[in-house]
Amino acid sequence: MTLSCVVIGSGNIGTDLMMKLRRSPSLELRALVGIDPASEGLARARELGVEATAEGIDWVEAHAGELDLAFEATSARVHAANAPRLAAAGITAIDLTPARLGPPVVPGVNLTRHLDAPNLNLITCGGQATAPIVAAVASASPVPYAEIVSTVASRSAGPGTRQNIDEFTRTTARSLEEVGGAGHGKAIIILNPADPPILMRNTVFCALADGYDEAAVAGAVEDMVARVAAYVPGYRLKSPPVFEEGPFATPGGPAAARVVALLEVEGAGDFLPPYAGNLDIMTAAAVRVGEALAEARASQGVPA
Amino acid sequence: MSTAFRLTDSTLRDGSHALSHRYTTDQVASIVRGLDAAGVPVIEVSHGDGLGGSSFNYGFSSTDERELVSAAVAAATTARIAVLLLPGIGVADDLRDMADRGVQVARIATHCTEADISEQHIRLAKRLGMEAVGFLMMAHMAEPGELLAQARLMESYGADCVYVVDSAGAMTTADARARVGTLVEGLGCQVGHHAHNNLSLAVANSLAALEEGAAQLDGCCAGLGAGAGNCPTEVLVATCDKLGLATGVDPLEAIAVAEDLVRPLRPAMGVIDRAGLLLGYAGVYGSFLLHAQRAADRYGVDTGEILLELGRRGVVGGQEDMILDVALELARQAAPTPAGQGSAAGRGPR
Repeated sequence: MTLSCVVIGSGNIGTDLMMKLRRSPSLELRALVGIDPASEGLARARELGVEATAEGIDWVEAHAGELDLAFEATSARVHAANAPRLAAAGITAIDLTPARLGPPVVPGVNLTRHLDAPNLNLITCGGQATAPIVAAVASASPVPYAEIVSTVASRSAGPGTRQNIDEFTRTTARSLEEVGGAGHGKAIIILNPADPPILMRNTVFCALADGYDEAAVAGAVEDMVARVAAYVPGYRLKSPPVFEEGPFATPGGPAAARVVALLEVEGAGDFLPPYAGNLDIMTAAAVRVGEALAEARASQGVPA
Repeated sequence: MSTAFRLTDSTLRDGSHALSHRYTTDQVASIVRGLDAAGVPVIEVSHGDGLGGSSFNYGFSSTDERELVSAAVAAATTARIAVLLLPGIGVADDLRDMADRGVQVARIATHCTEADISEQHIRLAKRLGMEAVGFLMMAHMAEPGELLAQARLMESYGADCVYVVDSAGAMTTADARARVGTLVEGLGCQVGHHAHNNLSLAVANSLAALEEGAAQLDGCCAGLGAGAGNCPTEVLVATCDKLGLATGVDPLEAIAVAEDLVRPLRPAMGVIDRAGLLLGYAGVYGSFLLHAQRAADRYGVDTGEILLELGRRGVVGGQEDMILDVALELARQAAPTPAGQGSAAGRGPR
């Protein structure tokens, strides 16, 4: 079964998402929706034979009967305004903005619990890259405290991220608890201006209680990396998980040791350059969520 | 009395790196009392990496910085208490909490080319009635013109002063002059300079900054601080006294604080040894030093090699996680067996 979808937002993210959706066997891209007739993204869509409209959410409402999903690649404020209209039109929203109206989802971790939600939120790039690792560790050993350091190339951090860095930091930290299962989460966000630009780097620290099973934790992390890499091919560990003895006095309580996962994300280079792994992981996760909805609806026999 | 510049003492913030963030409330209260009595107008207190810096990545504070700040506010009579915040590490709620505790100066720090991530926090500091200082770190990495463009952003958000911060102690005196002078000429607000001593130029560069028109300078008692240490407060004050520059600080009292209260803390950093010099020479963030030494010990590699590789990679302040990355890579290169032997390959000694 295929689901009919639109991308709202014709900027860099929306354009990269369009390129990925054209390859999806189960998602049919109906249109790229913008608000500026002169948008480069809309011009690119037309070149590729994708319908392009500058009529915004009005166009989506007018075509509601033909649409199952809308990918929101605008801003948190725009999505807050669009979300009720999408819901009223019966269109499921997959939200790439930090609006956080729906449950935070990471494919392969908690998506199956939220397949019926009218609105699914993709957290942040840092959350997509690190919450799965925390969840993997938590599946093998309790994680009283998790901390991540997410470093992105300056050139891949747009004005939205920069002007809202506080929300970005807090939302990412919260996902370590809500999705990762940590008792307490902390996120550190760094922008690196090196030229040529660096690939996105993520370091995940998880506190471990006494008696943890090193092989089980390492195995769970390596399995999870493979699961994420299935939809983000450039997602990889730079080193095998590292175990360091403490003790550590963490905000989640004393910990005997910590496990550290050093990760790198290279983008697929669909539209955005390969160094922008932080943006690639968002668009790749969005497509994976859409495909999972298509699979679920097919198995439930829900009419398209 | 009018002074030649306003001094901010950062013994209890930048100096915290050299003590692995283990200040106690008693130590903070006694150092604040000493500095306050000596006439120091602003005293900065925070985790070395700013509010919210207590972490695996930067080291956990042994005493919650909120308690340290409250102890400092209670101990000060005329000095104003400042905090540091790096957007991406600390969050807005931390700043609100500090305003409630009586903190009057918020210093908002970004890497020298990323000033636009300071907008939320500079504006919030002003709304909370605090003085807002923009803090452009690793400023040796930006040419004067580029640094001015970044400083103008901070000024446009409402900063009362923008600092040229030589986080790596990598600036020659000419480098410091060019940057401070360009900012003084191009900004309407005040300009400050924060020096480190890796090239033994911290006091000289601070005095040069003053000649270029800097209105604010930083120091730490006994030069306590990340890497090879900061500009020593008592040396700066004593030198200014000889030059006839009014600081408002009593040199003998400042010397007493450094000698009697700070030196006994036995800091682990603050000397220009090989590693301290290499930081300045390679232009690497000073607070990496202790973390690099620990990783070197754990993985049997050389501290200097780690620092030089970090310099080659162009890492910026805050990327302490890359120290482990580099140490593991160096250990793999040195290992007789091939890498990739599972998780045990990266395990340190027990």
